[in-house]
Amino acid sequence: MNNSWRFLLIFSVALTMPTRLVASERESSEVASDTHIVQRIAIENFTFVPATLEVAVGTLVSWVNEDDVPHVVIGTDPGSPVKSGALDTDDRYSVELDHPGTYRYFCSLHPHMTGTVIVK
Amino acid sequence: MAHLNDDKQLDRRHFLKCMAWVGTGAVWTMSSGVLSGSPLGTSNRGAMAAHTHGGGLRFVQISDSHIGFNKEPNPLPQATLQSAMERIRTLTPQPAFVIHTGDVSHLSKPDELDTAAQIIGAVGNTVHFVPGEHDVIGDGGRAFFQRFGEQPDRKWYSFDAGGAHFIGLVNVLDLRPGGFGQLGAEQLAWLEQDVKARTSSTPIVVFAHMPLWTVYSDWGWGTDDAPQALGLLRGFGSVTVLNGHIHQVLQKVEGNIHFHTARSTAYPQPAPGTAPSPGPLKVAAEVLHSLLGISTVTQHVHDRKLAIVDDTLPS
Repeated sequence: MNNSWRFLLIFSVALTMPTRLVASERESSEVASDTHIVQRIAIENFTFVPATLEVAVGTLVSWVNEDDVPHVVIGTDPGSPVKSGALDTDDRYSVELDHPGTYRYFCSLHPHMTGTVIVK
Repeated sequence: MAHLNDDKQLDRRHFLKCMAWVGTGAVWTMSSGVLSGSPLGTSNRGAMAAHTHGGGLRFVQISDSHIGFNKEPNPLPQATLQSAMERIRTLTPQPAFVIHTGDVSHLSKPDELDTAAQIIGAVGNTVHFVPGEHDVIGDGGRAFFQRFGEQPDRKWYSFDAGGAHFIGLVNVLDLRPGGFGQLGAEQLAWLEQDVKARTSSTPIVVFAHMPLWTVYSDWGWGTDDAPQALGLLRGFGSVTVLNGHIHQVLQKVEGNIHFHTARSTAYPQPAPGTAPSPGPLKVAAEVLHSLLGISTVTQHVHDRKLAIVDDTLPS
């Protein structure tokens, strides 16, 4: 598939998505292919929003830091694929979750901040 | 329960008193095992009074310089840190040493740590550091300890000065989901051995970044295993705990233990529960500037408690 066709396909998919997902597509440079679904988790006021998110297998989950201080998203369970670096304001961290399960995570700088992604 | 200034909730007036400390620091004078504090900067009246009262050990605490922070209300925290260090240089007589209670940097970047080291090093005095959570991002504090560590084989340490025993603890590593700060079993075991050799009349000063008392659990302002650490210090006649992290002056007295948190040299944070989050408190630049530079705060000691009193702003 040439680049023009790829662009048109992504664009047409984006048009059919809910507003929030379209916003994610626009912001993200990490949408690897037209088959990805992107779900966004906002980090705002030292909380993960939504705190619990259910997604389909293969979803690209994206955390975006909307606070004025850095956060670090780390999976709670050993071997978790969730592991960001320092996320300063407006920084984004994305990971594709391609196995069903419950992925718990927290902010390693502010550990009272916790969240869960359920992949079905 | 957290006891705020003078056992009152922090209203706006009290908050502004605390704000006057932003960008300055504190001078601590120890006499007969009791620490008394006074604000550093503005006029030196408080500092001089503290120094001449008993003529004991004097040292300075600074905290939360957050070099690398570049947003409102203070996009230039290096300038306010510089201001704090200049205040220290003008103190007469000079303090025995300075302690920095963490968050030296904002993102643990080497250039942030280098900038901080350069500014703080200019004070020409011994400086003892403990890291904040902002100093250990990504590398577990490796870059921080390379620059500011005191022991090759461990991150926490102690030293004696002026007849008192000083203990620098690290409570920002290996934090657990859903928890607060943490010291960990290894550090607690070391602490037990460290204080075992001291007589109960030895004044103890503990300093660490996150509060060793639960200031506000909703914002994670506390340390999970602080009770175990404090339990090891109950037998001492005088224990003072100095922390940073919350960017405001709060205090609490619990038996023989006096708790104090320091203001930041970078930006203020809201009083517990007064904002949606503990993020930087946005204040107008002219307000911050005036509080940094020209406000005068005098501290008196009554019954071993700290009281902060507003002074007239100089013209």
